[in-house]
Amino acid sequence: MNRKLLGAALLAMATLLFNPAWASDAPAVDRTATGGAQTLEDIMARQQQLKMDESFRSENLGNPANAKPITEQLGTRGGVSDSDVWRGIRYNQSDIKTQARGPGADVLIQDGGMPWYKLREGPMITYGGGALLGIILLLVVFYFVRGKIMIDGGPSGTKIERFKAIERFGHWLLAGSFIALALTGLITLMGRSFLIPVIGHEAYSTLAVGSKWLHNNVAWAFMLGLVMTFVMWVAHNIPNKLDWQWIKAGGGIFTKSHPSSKKFNAGQKIIFWTVMLLGVSVSLSGLSLLFPFEMPMFAGTFSVINSVIGTDFPTALTPHEEMQYANIWHSIVAFAMMVAIIAHIYIGSVGMEGAFDAMGNGQVDREWARQHHDLWVEEVEAKQGKGGSS
Amino acid sequence: MKVMAAAFVVALVIAFCAPVVLNQFGWSSAEQGSSTSVRLD
Repeated sequence: MNRKLLGAALLAMATLLFNPAWASDAPAVDRTATGGAQTLEDIMARQQQLKMDESFRSENLGNPANAKPITEQLGTRGGVSDSDVWRGIRYNQSDIKTQARGPGADVLIQDGGMPWYKLREGPMITYGGGALLGIILLLVVFYFVRGKIMIDGGPSGTKIERFKAIERFGHWLLAGSFIALALTGLITLMGRSFLIPVIGHEAYSTLAVGSKWLHNNVAWAFMLGLVMTFVMWVAHNIPNKLDWQWIKAGGGIFTKSHPSSKKFNAGQKIIFWTVMLLGVSVSLSGLSLLFPFEMPMFAGTFSVINSVIGTDFPTALTPHEEMQYANIWHSIVAFAMMVAIIAHIYIGSVGMEGAFDAMGNGQVDREWARQHHDLWVEEVEAKQGKGGSS
Repeated sequence: MKVMAAAFVVALVIAFCAPVVLNQFGWSSAEQGSSTSVRLD
């Protein structure tokens, strides 16, 4: 069998194995013996993590028409038993009156809390951390296999302006704030598991409060950097036919050829759009977390997704569930960004001779520019010939 | 490198200014960590 096909099949099977969303439906259960209440089969199906229709419980909230006369035992319950009351509270169907104000105040039991906590403390740390270690390991292997990408024939010694000061400012505003957000986010997510055993509760408490403050507030610099870089570079990052040629040549990474490119090659465009799309997504979920309960967006998003591709995502979410989805999505997108950015940092620093200068002082070696962005150099030289600037 | 350092400083300045500006609009979620009491309303 084709190896690639086998690999894809194994990946798909592994995904299905770890994803409870693909769990099969539980078989229909006859509940006549329990008068509609749950049976041993229901409990067993739940333990097997089968997908269950819970409506037999969530809709079983008592009926005033069944109320006993006031003179009989339990007559004052009005047709609603203790179990009915607790089911109503659990499924958020009761009319709760509380002096506490706030969007989540009348949700007394929130079923999704434990699955969210387990997902955050378990798979999120395991797979997210694994992805970060995986990309670092991959880059180390790549470095030893391919080595540093050098300028063929060595640097020319003459310089050409690659990025203006305002472009570098926008890039570093985005990059600096992203690194701060990534580190403080990892401390917040993983600190309880990895830092408390090492530095203790008190030291971690100080670190966690500081991380939270920095994470919440430096997010605005990240969003500003995102807008600045988008405005400055979007015109240079529109995909074109040249990108396909660049991709087919693998960017010249292994063939040591130099496929033609304008200001940004296809690899850089992929990074640009990855950062922009994921950056907007992580910002939106971050804003939702920054202003709790004020910006619920998952019920609406799920509704749109369901209507477009016919999925069955829940659209009636409690305020807490909105926050839990925002938190999980925020982490997933952030990990994806971190993986992409680690690769970007590698190729922009130790991975390629002369690349860091582009963002370091803005001046790159002309030979480096010719080898990696030949069409852009031609454009700049043509403009300079006419007395213009880059 | 000066531009890089300037951008990092500006990111920190924005971080310090953000809670002050947000407070002007009555949005103090970023300040919850330093709150001395829990507000239920």
